[in-house]
Amino acid sequence: MIGAFSLFVLCQLVGEVLVRLARLPVPGPVIGLVLLLGYLRWRGQVANSVQQTARRLLSHLSLLFIPAGTGVMLHIHKLKAEWFPILAALVVGTTLTLIVTVLVFVAVARLTGAPASSGK
Amino acid sequence: MPQSISSIWVYLSASPLLWLTATLWAYLGAHWLHERSGRNPLVNSVTIAVIVLIVVLLATDTKYDTYFQGAQFVHFLLGPATVALAVPLYNNLAAVRRMFLPMMAALVAGSATAIASGVGIAWLAGADLVTLKSLASKSVTTPIAMAVTEQIGGLPSLTAVFVILTGIVGAILVTPLFNALGIHDKQARGFAVGLAAHGIGTARAFQVSDVSGAFAGIAMALNGVITAVLVPVLARVF
Repeated sequence: MIGAFSLFVLCQLVGEVLVRLARLPVPGPVIGLVLLLGYLRWRGQVANSVQQTARRLLSHLSLLFIPAGTGVMLHIHKLKAEWFPILAALVVGTTLTLIVTVLVFVAVARLTGAPASSGK
Repeated sequence: MPQSISSIWVYLSASPLLWLTATLWAYLGAHWLHERSGRNPLVNSVTIAVIVLIVVLLATDTKYDTYFQGAQFVHFLLGPATVALAVPLYNNLAAVRRMFLPMMAALVAGSATAIASGVGIAWLAGADLVTLKSLASKSVTTPIAMAVTEQIGGLPSLTAVFVILTGIVGAILVTPLFNALGIHDKQARGFAVGLAAHGIGTARAFQVSDVSGAFAGIAMALNGVITAVLVPVLARVF
């Protein structure tokens, strides 16, 4: 577990350095993701400990958003003052985005004959 | 308050231990409720934990900065967790390759819808310019969204709030919405929620299935990149 975690942190570190060197418009962890994917493809397999550590970390991904989420308290005034346009944009905008994305995905999958996965 | 209790509070309120512990227990409680509800998407663990923490912070007159001193240890793990998304992505690489065209089409359509609908609706409803600029990148992961907002002259910290709220809305809506539409394809559902609701949507997708989670993670990364390119260009045009 410590070995796998060290691997993730190393990829993130290299990602952060690359982003700064190349002035990429992407956060370091996203480059770290690409690096880890490249490493796994080069190895041709995923070690058990890496598989399990990733699953553990990702199964409680919600926890990791709580500190940032609590930052909502900093903007309570703005949210109160403009609650209607903000609420409308978030709820209606997100609903439209979900619907457009899923329909285009399904339609193009059908057109190109890509096999869909069924079931829930 | 007796002397000893107040001196203990003085120690605790200055130590990161208290708010780290509070964050973990708020999550555990919220997660327990989520499980008890039969994983009902309306019983969202981020929402519940955030509300509980804000109530406690306001009641104890604690500043967000003080809270974050403790919570930062949890917040820090977002980076390694993002890197770890490579593992489910690798596990599902064959499916991802087969779905290349549907993904690209859905990415362009979805990303444009996310930017245009959020800003357009808020504009129609009378939001001010700073709010509009801060809303443009609400569907993408926080670090990208904040950088984009800064570039076009919005308020990055307000964007962070919109990003979190969008994630929560997406995570709550996705299951009932797609069930109502009769769309059960795990790949399509995962991709849509990752695109519209970034990491919080991805977290929700992983609660449902590993395949959905992998597609959500890809959508989150791709939408982050395309939004970082699109929004500054659009901001110059309008």
